[in-house]
Amino acid sequence: MWEYTDRVMDHFENPRNVGVVPRIDGEGQVGSLSCGDALRLTIQVDKDKDLIEDAKFQTFGCASAIASSSALTEMIKGKTLDEALAITNQDIAEYLGGLPREKMHCSVMGQEALEAAVANYRGVPVKSAQGEVICKCFGVTDVEIEKVVKTNRLTTVEEITQFTKAGGGCGQCKPKLEELLARILHQQTSRSSEVKPGRMTALKRIKLIEEAINTQIAPALMRDGGDIELVDVDGYEVLVTLKGACASCPASKATLADFVTERLRALVDDHIVVKEYHA
Amino acid sequence: MKTIYFDNNATTQVDPQVFEAMVPFFKELYGNPSSMHHKGGEVAPYIRQARQHLADLLGCLPDEIIYTSCGSESDNTALWSAIRTQPDKKHLITSRVEHSAVINNVPLLRRLGYRISEIGVDKYGRLDMEEFLRALSPDTALVSFHWANNETGVIFPVEEIAGICHERGVVFHTDAVQAVGKIPMDMRGSKIDMLSLAGHKLHAPKGIGALYVRKGLKFSPFLVGGHQEEGRRGGTENVPYIIGLGKAAELAGLRLGEENTRVKALRDRLEEGLLKIPYSMVNGDRVNRLPNTTNISFEYIEGESILFHLSHYGICASSGSACTSGSLEPSHVLRAMGVPFTAAHGSIRLSLCTYNTEEEVDFALEKFPLIVAKLRGLSPFWKDDGPAESTLLTCDSDSCNLCG
Ligand SMILES: Cc1ncc(COP(=O)(O)O)c(C=O)c1O
Ligand code: FES
Repeated sequence: MWEYTDRVMDHFENPRNVGVVPRIDGEGQVGSLSCGDALRLTIQVDKDKDLIEDAKFQTFGCASAIASSSALTEMIKGKTLDEALAITNQDIAEYLGGLPREKMHCSVMGQEALEAAVANYRGVPVKSAQGEVICKCFGVTDVEIEKVVKTNRLTTVEEITQFTKAGGGCGQCKPKLEELLARILHQQTSRSSEVKPGRMTALKRIKLIEEAINTQIAPALMRDGGDIELVDVDGYEVLVTLKGACASCPASKATLADFVTERLRALVDDHIVVKEYHA
Repeated sequence: MKTIYFDNNATTQVDPQVFEAMVPFFKELYGNPSSMHHKGGEVAPYIRQARQHLADLLGCLPDEIIYTSCGSESDNTALWSAIRTQPDKKHLITSRVEHSAVINNVPLLRRLGYRISEIGVDKYGRLDMEEFLRALSPDTALVSFHWANNETGVIFPVEEIAGICHERGVVFHTDAVQAVGKIPMDMRGSKIDMLSLAGHKLHAPKGIGALYVRKGLKFSPFLVGGHQEEGRRGGTENVPYIIGLGKAAELAGLRLGEENTRVKALRDRLEEGLLKIPYSMVNGDRVNRLPNTTNISFEYIEGESILFHLSHYGICASSGSACTSGSLEPSHVLRAMGVPFTAAHGSIRLSLCTYNTEEEVDFALEKFPLIVAKLRGLSPFWKDDGPAESTLLTCDSDSCNLCG
């Protein structure tokens, strides 16, 4: 049985804003009956203020899909279109007190419906619907995957499946997903290396590592119930203690260490090696 | 809140009599039956008796039974024994709707160079006998078909199939995990070579199973170890659980009549009542089916959300929807049957047992329509009292594998 938070169960059992708005100014539809979940979001817009006056949803799907849709409508009502567009799938999940990793695709579906509804209102094409379909089973495009990987800092193909469903059917697209993921991660690394400081003194490097951990990496881990502490820096070797959401799970620790390494290499230096400190 | 347990194909409650029978073997009767002293000796007769009870239920000889740790171990033991004892044969036949304990061996076997024929089923979940007959070859090491399907309860004609295999000298195994205790069986008049069962489906605890191996059949152990089970399965006997399974088998034998009359009538009452809900349908052959199982789809809504609402009222059931299968696609059984996707995601399995009552069935029949109406009220595919026109039925990627 999935472990849903009380807020998820509340929004599932007492969904807010069900139906269709009186005047449909924008409409977003994502998913499909055949794929197992589908969401239709309609919005009514105050044209002078560029503000979402009303939002309603209809959803076919599991408890977390219904809860994510309900949460989304609550979050966007009264927001300007630009404010609403700044909402990420992480924000939807957070609003609900978190979702099981395997159900994160429900929050992504909400975010995509919103994007589609606003695009529909503005009369512009939906960005994530463009691009090349990578996963045929669930009709997921590279543009969509890239966005989700970046907003959620994903580092494995398994996570891509949890967040977008891509790869969760026949599995044939997995090699392509691997390739795409490697490309996105590489891009992230090389793009940030452009802004990376040139030659550094040891002191400066330590400071940068500390700053990266405190301002970027720790908050990202804490969001998922994990934590990181810097123990020592020896040359390019960074010694840390790691805490995953489930403290003793070696598999999650391995991916945690990979994630930290990837971030530190992107933010500080390509030669960084992360080691876990065992007291 | 009272629990109404309609998920007996997933697992069953341990019968109080079974539990009572087991208790002494956690306390004073703790001996190892292999030991050469009185603590070991005092356990042996009980094990013999338990084995006899199980043999009576299956209609076989006591020494044709090998105890295992679960249904999955029994299935794996049967499969690999047939392969190891016939090293020259490189072909196996099974179906598309087997339990994962069998089906998940298929990729591994293929990598090892085996040819596997996975026989299909029709829209009622009935085995394609012609395809099966065509697949049989002199190279076939094993035919393995389940006796009854865990999701739909549909029964395969395993006796007939066993006869066909026997004529051609092909080993036949049946996964009877869902059938034992629900329908009568008698190995004496049967050509079945191996049969798997699991205690927790018939009111014994989880973690005990058995494999029937016909006397004289070549056998190779899966778990190699001591001389237990006459060298056919290593490991010190799980004495309390073997005793529990024996008691459960005895009770199952006594209850077989009730299972096929009272429990069947309850199931039928439940099913008929649920079919009054518009846009609902039974998945599977309603004629050749376990007496306790029904699998019903409620179109245009999704199974997991039905389950959560049911659970809110204390009702336990299961679903073949994607969200509950853990694989993002609806159950392989419903897909093999070609159940339309409008229905596959909204499938609910209800499986009863002798503990269920008419009041429980009526309570469920009162709540189901409310739940279905509530979820259809949220669904973009439903309007007023029928399906809505929607562009979301199939996804818009023209190359999607599911929508074709
Ligand atoms: C048809 C069938 N075979 C095998 C099994 C596996 O049994 P166990 O869980 O005891 O390993 C099950 C249980 O779900 C089953 O339904
Ligand atoms: S193509 Fe992606 S899972 Fe089938």
